[in-house]
Amino acid sequence: MKITKAEVDAVALLARLELTPEETETFTGQMDAILAYVEKLNELDTSGIIPTSHAVPVENAFRADAVRPSIGVENALANAPDRVEGFFRVPKVIE
Amino acid sequence: MNYQAVIGLEVHVQLKTDTKIFCGCSTRFGASPNSQTCPVCLGMPGALPVLNKKVVEFAIRAGLATNCRIAPRSVFARKNYFYPDLPKGYQISQFELPICQNGHLDIEVEGEAKRIGITRIHMEEDAGKLVHSDIPGLGSSSGVDLNRACTPLLEIVSEPDIRSADEAVAYLKKLHQIVVYLGICDGNMEEGSFRCDANVSVMPVGSTTFGTRTETKNVNSFRFVKQAIEYEIERQIELIEEGGKVVQETRLFDPNTGETRSMRGKEEAHDYRYFPDPDLVPLVISNDWVADVALSLPELPEARRTRYRSELGLSDYDAEVLTATREMAEFYEQTLEKAKQVAVGFNNKFQEYKKSNPSANLLDFGQHLFAKSAANWVMGEVTRALNEAGKSIAECPVTPPRLAELLALIEKGTISGKIAKTVFDEMWSSDKTPEAIVEEKGLVQVSDTGAIEKIIDEIMAANMGQVEEFRVGKEKVFGFFVGQVMRASKGKANPAVVNELLMKKLKGE
Amino acid sequence: MELFDLTIHELHERLKKKELSSVEATRAMLARIEAVDPQVNAYITVTPEEALAAAEAADRRIAAGDIAPLTGIPIGLKDIFVTKGIRTTCASRILGNFVPPYDGTAVAKLKEAGAVIVGKLNQDEFAMGSSGESSAFGATKNPWNLECIPGGSSSGSAAAIAARTATATLGTDTGGSIRQPASHCGCVGLRPTYGRVSRYGVIAYASSLDQVGPLTRDVTDCALMLGAVAGHDPMDSTSIDTPVPDYTKALTGDVKGLKLGLPKEYYIEGLDPDVKRALDEAIETYRGLGAEFVDISLPHTDYAVATYYLIATAEASSNLARYEGVRFGHRAEGAANLIDMFRKTRAEGFGAEVKRRIMLGTYALSSGYYDAYYLKAQKVRTLIMQDFLKAFEKVDAILTPVAPTPAFRIGEKTSDPLQMYLSDIFTIPVNLAGTCGISVPAGMSGSGLPIGLQLIGRPFGEETILRAAHAFEQATAWHQRKAQL
Repeated sequence: MKITKAEVDAVALLARLELTPEETETFTGQMDAILAYVEKLNELDTSGIIPTSHAVPVENAFRADAVRPSIGVENALANAPDRVEGFFRVPKVIE
Repeated sequence: MNYQAVIGLEVHVQLKTDTKIFCGCSTRFGASPNSQTCPVCLGMPGALPVLNKKVVEFAIRAGLATNCRIAPRSVFARKNYFYPDLPKGYQISQFELPICQNGHLDIEVEGEAKRIGITRIHMEEDAGKLVHSDIPGLGSSSGVDLNRACTPLLEIVSEPDIRSADEAVAYLKKLHQIVVYLGICDGNMEEGSFRCDANVSVMPVGSTTFGTRTETKNVNSFRFVKQAIEYEIERQIELIEEGGKVVQETRLFDPNTGETRSMRGKEEAHDYRYFPDPDLVPLVISNDWVADVALSLPELPEARRTRYRSELGLSDYDAEVLTATREMAEFYEQTLEKAKQVAVGFNNKFQEYKKSNPSANLLDFGQHLFAKSAANWVMGEVTRALNEAGKSIAECPVTPPRLAELLALIEKGTISGKIAKTVFDEMWSSDKTPEAIVEEKGLVQVSDTGAIEKIIDEIMAANMGQVEEFRVGKEKVFGFFVGQVMRASKGKANPAVVNELLMKKLKGE
Repeated sequence: MELFDLTIHELHERLKKKELSSVEATRAMLARIEAVDPQVNAYITVTPEEALAAAEAADRRIAAGDIAPLTGIPIGLKDIFVTKGIRTTCASRILGNFVPPYDGTAVAKLKEAGAVIVGKLNQDEFAMGSSGESSAFGATKNPWNLECIPGGSSSGSAAAIAARTATATLGTDTGGSIRQPASHCGCVGLRPTYGRVSRYGVIAYASSLDQVGPLTRDVTDCALMLGAVAGHDPMDSTSIDTPVPDYTKALTGDVKGLKLGLPKEYYIEGLDPDVKRALDEAIETYRGLGAEFVDISLPHTDYAVATYYLIATAEASSNLARYEGVRFGHRAEGAANLIDMFRKTRAEGFGAEVKRRIMLGTYALSSGYYDAYYLKAQKVRTLIMQDFLKAFEKVDAILTPVAPTPAFRIGEKTSDPLQMYLSDIFTIPVNLAGTCGISVPAGMSGSGLPIGLQLIGRPFGEETILRAAHAFEQATAWHQRKAQL
């Protein structure tokens, strides 16, 4: 086994997904199979290989520190599921 | 048992750019909620970040000023966690390859110098703001304002080299002064432009193994930092003494009680899953770029203080006060720069000066002539008047060149220092030159011995009793005569001349 | 020939000569959509009002003598493209009612060129899938056989070309999502080099692999569409500042002496016999045209799927964190607290495939596993890129199959995600290498399903593969076949 149900539940919490017991069951099996498959990468010796995070070599993309107009409160909030007085409204955050 | 505290500080410095780090929205403080937002800082689907070049320049400045190595190549990474003030579900920060590393700051506590290591400085975006009250209709919910989201921050992380709350405050004050001097941060701690998280642990004295540390978040004044650290040290020691164990956790400082409290149970253990942000490309900083930024750096407070002492002959105290802010130091230097140009009018004094300073030129002499008086005026009258008016030095109605003219008038003997204060007050509320004011009000100092002798004679004649007292040795009455003469001259008599003549006449010479 | 059957360049000629108005072409297309889309389900949102307004504007423009190749042409957009004022769902319940306040760069460029956007096309949810079946708006059907999948994730973009419900479409390709459905639907689909087209306003799946590209009836249209959307964009840090050529100039029909590589790792046992036959015939066609063939090796091909599913899911797990019900999209009712709200919202809003990939990606990045999975995959990605660099020292382009089989039946692979992933083997390496690839119609299976061939070019070698694809198209007539609907 590459992954257990308990680990799947922990990952689901980290990813903020609520899984049904059936989903946990299914995902455990499927993830286990996929993780077993990706094991094959360990056949390759990658010591000294530089990891690639960008497909094409680019560096230093900048913008100037010049103000561009904002989109306005109405546009910002137009898609909000819940709003109040120019704010997005969310369940009480306890700090 | 005796305990030793071990402290490391993480300081978040909000950068004074016009726009956010990854989009063109304004960073102006105090705008109405969510009015300074766009698809990028709202984390809208499809939006992409583009780095503000000014942020990089500011980070290089901070790195150079804190003796860091500027990384030739650095990378932005995503720090993944969910929170309603974090629009994308990740914060763009730097992780493995930050822009600056391996720096240090030298501090002084009770006369002892100490070097505090700086592990790293990295660039990142700020989160938005949560509001829990003061919104009509909010009820038992929270409001999210994303104006601050994506505002540029530097996180400056110290080594755990700090051993007391006082050292922590000294380090913070120094760092604060530097970032404000550099012009990269407005330094406003109340608005959160400079905030500090303190990592504190304790260990038995002599131990080399650090204890378990706690992190106290968002302490937003120097006083609170001191309180929070002292509280935390005491709490941890008590806990250990009672046989307990310090738990590694995040704590929150409560300014009302001066205590820290646990934020435990707020969330499960963090796993930020950092990885290089594929939307941003690596940042490559050439030596030329670093050199350009180095050239543009202002002289930092420490270098300035040293120069004020050695070149200008100022006292430690004066040097300290004048360099407290960059604006103050620059005001002083501009005043001095202008004042010393009038040194040409003091050829006799210059020749005298040259005897002991053979290589000095006229400007050196001018600097020598005015360094102290300019310092006294900036620290004295100027500061007093600014305080009374509630103004910053940048808003001072008396400009450095005008102040220099005033100093020149004093040095030439045109007016006395006392009269100069009257003239200064007049300059504060009008934009007339000091010369014009002196002329207009007839404040020119009387150095004419004949005129002064005449006044002295009259005063002596009217106060023969006191003259006798003086002559039998009661020298205290000398002050009485000086006062009388000055009053009779309406303050315009040259005090040096008055002293000299009065002494002669009283002694009956 | 009906108006909806015409290519961009054919419509353009008629519009230019004023034999036809954009409004007529658009009305014909809207009528066609109404008539056949209920069977195909290529569209999530059709925008007749906006389309007719745009068509009228295009006609005014043409009347004023200002006509660009795309002016007045009815075009469909994968619903992954953010469109100002028009619902953009990414085929997900979580974005069900999202109406963006801005246009992405590619969309803005199309609008500037005078294109008429007729609607938003179905796809796999968040572009995660190879069959179109993961859409929250129902599976798209293959117009050649309504019981088969059209391929994915740009399922609607390909199906609309085959159903002639759009003259051209835009899709995105993260692991083959343009080329594979193009192959399954008998159309031309190009995935440009990473950085060639701006990703600004394209809902991100896997940022280091995503790229925008066209799906069209023929190669000329493909060149026109690419020319319209390509170019550097200051809003996308990863877009490349290199000039955009006139791609139609590359379509010379001449491939004499062109060196085409045949990677042994792509010509494997188990390749579907129809696919194999189509490839063999294509090679003969190219030989006839004077192209030369070189046997090459891309030794790390077998590791591409594993590499891809670690990198893509890791990036996706982060890219999709913004869907939590605070600022837009779906929010679950009745959550007890904030964490609960996030978890329920995402549980209700995402479909199974998206959840699976978020889970996998979260795991691959999590503490203790990062080095073994994500970092390892990034290193193998380097090896795969090097394979291509070496190959391109010897050849001008690489000729391969697009998919191991023609389109499979709807529902056939949904229960086994790994089998579904493995079917992307021939397209994924191109994305990992960041280079370009095109799929052109190259045959039909015994059961009447289209088969495409893939030409892979070196980075920014779009002109070469367009030229090769065009020469092939001119020598064959596969692209002229029509699905009977």
